[in-house]
Amino acid sequence: MSIQPKSETGESFVSMKHIYKTFNPASVNEVVLFSDFNLEIEKEQFVSVIGSNGSGKTTILNILCGSIAIDSGSVSVNHREISRLKEYQHSKFIGRVFQDPSKGTCPELTILENMALADNKGASFGLQLGVNKKKIDFYRSQLELLKLGLEDKLNLPVASLSGGQRQALALLISTMTPIDLLILDEHTAALDPRSSENVMELTERFVREKKLTTLMVTHNLKFAVNYGDRLVMMHHGGIVVDAAEKQKSALAIKDLTDKFNEISVEVGN
Amino acid sequence: MDIILGLVVNVLEEGFIYGIMAIGVYITYRVLGFPDLSVDGTFPLGACVTAALITVGIDPWLACLIAFVCGAAAGCLTGFLHVKLGITDLLSGILVMTGLWSVNLVITKGSAVMPFYDKSTIFNSGFSGALASVLPENYRVVVIVAVSCIIVKLLLDSYLKTKSGLLLRASGDNAQYVTSLGRNPGAMKIIGLAIGNGCTALAGSILSQQTESASVASGTGMVVMALASVIIGTNLFRKFRFMKATTAAVIGAIIYKACLVIAMQLGLPTNYLKLLMAVIFTVALISNNMFMGRGKKQNVNPTQI
Repeated sequence: MSIQPKSETGESFVSMKHIYKTFNPASVNEVVLFSDFNLEIEKEQFVSVIGSNGSGKTTILNILCGSIAIDSGSVSVNHREISRLKEYQHSKFIGRVFQDPSKGTCPELTILENMALADNKGASFGLQLGVNKKKIDFYRSQLELLKLGLEDKLNLPVASLSGGQRQALALLISTMTPIDLLILDEHTAALDPRSSENVMELTERFVREKKLTTLMVTHNLKFAVNYGDRLVMMHHGGIVVDAAEKQKSALAIKDLTDKFNEISVEVGN
Repeated sequence: MDIILGLVVNVLEEGFIYGIMAIGVYITYRVLGFPDLSVDGTFPLGACVTAALITVGIDPWLACLIAFVCGAAAGCLTGFLHVKLGITDLLSGILVMTGLWSVNLVITKGSAVMPFYDKSTIFNSGFSGALASVLPENYRVVVIVAVSCIIVKLLLDSYLKTKSGLLLRASGDNAQYVTSLGRNPGAMKIIGLAIGNGCTALAGSILSQQTESASVASGTGMVVMALASVIIGTNLFRKFRFMKATTAAVIGAIIYKACLVIAMQLGLPTNYLKLLMAVIFTVALISNNMFMGRGKKQNVNPTQI
């Protein structure tokens, strides 16, 4: 984790190069999504990605996490080529929060057991006692950061928590151990407005405090504009807007909706 | 009175033996959510391996251990077929179960029943030999099977509390979560199946030592019996938070055995035994669905409300 970004190798911290991906090849449903797609992300950069349905946002995340294979091209995270690894091998250095709050935690295990498992990520899962009593105070202090009162419910099964609470817990869990890249897959989409604001604020805090390189896909234009250092808008497997720093702060939601409409007209929607 | 006491002893003897199998099937069915049919083959596997080993004079406790290992290996094979080769869970169980039939016949050198009368078993040698002076034989058997069953239960309870055990529970609950932890959920499935089938073979081994013979056909209906025990036990004691699910599975096995014995005592012909087993299992499943009907709704994915 001490490897320097960019300068040494001339490659960004997260890099997707010359990606080709066709779904259902050689059939009537053939969809050529990416042909020569490229995306570079600097270390500690917080990128939000927006785009219409089928534009390829989620596919980018799935490729980075190894859930789907690419036809050709190269994907590297922290200067490590990852496109040939298995999905669970990607997870060793990538944290992911899903849209579905039930995916990021184990409903039948207690909060404590969930945290103990997450805390052990990267270490071996042998026959040592699963929940280390000495670390309970540490887990409690971590849960206090969420400000949801979960620190008093350590022995409650996660199934009994609300979607917002579970998603906050999933966010905490996926960033508890050191990771190279945090992937947020529309992680506020299934929550009510109040909970999604809360989870988004937590996200911002964790990303900044832990200096995480982050890729967030969202349908919420407000979040995309207000949070993150860089905004990428996708359409038909290509990047149509890529605004960083000053350029991004000048962006308003209206510009984005205009752009959305412009694209929609082009494709005749 | 003596007759009733005799029946109770009989129920407890078999209940604890099948309880060991129920604990194993609890791991595969409830923890992993894997309907494992290979149990029908691993139960007689344990019995046949034990018969063959005891006949050549191996220590009976060691024979139990080897039976467990053989069962675990068969479980690994089921897991391998399912996880690595992508065969559905039901089919991989059926394949292993079918294949084991021949394996068991090879172990018994071709005979369907392999008796080993007057050899040393866990019930008449070593520790239990010492018990012989204190307890009459039928009580001795109950004590030994109860102790074995409780040891297996305690071992599994403590395993489920380890890191590996937590990961096993997680992989049945939410495989994606295990993947997110950088672990292969398939590997955990194989471990769970190994434990489940190991326990089943151990139960087969102990039963064969109690009857001093191993039968290749003894596995028929074991899946039904084990699943019924697990479902009866976990449903009846759902409200008892303090009770471990493994304990509930053992008690389920005892209740199940008691139902069969009562039916036999009421004059049900032996030929109807398997039919009765199927009926009890059906009733258990239906009541399971009725119990779960309300409980499940609380776990609905919030995105779908």
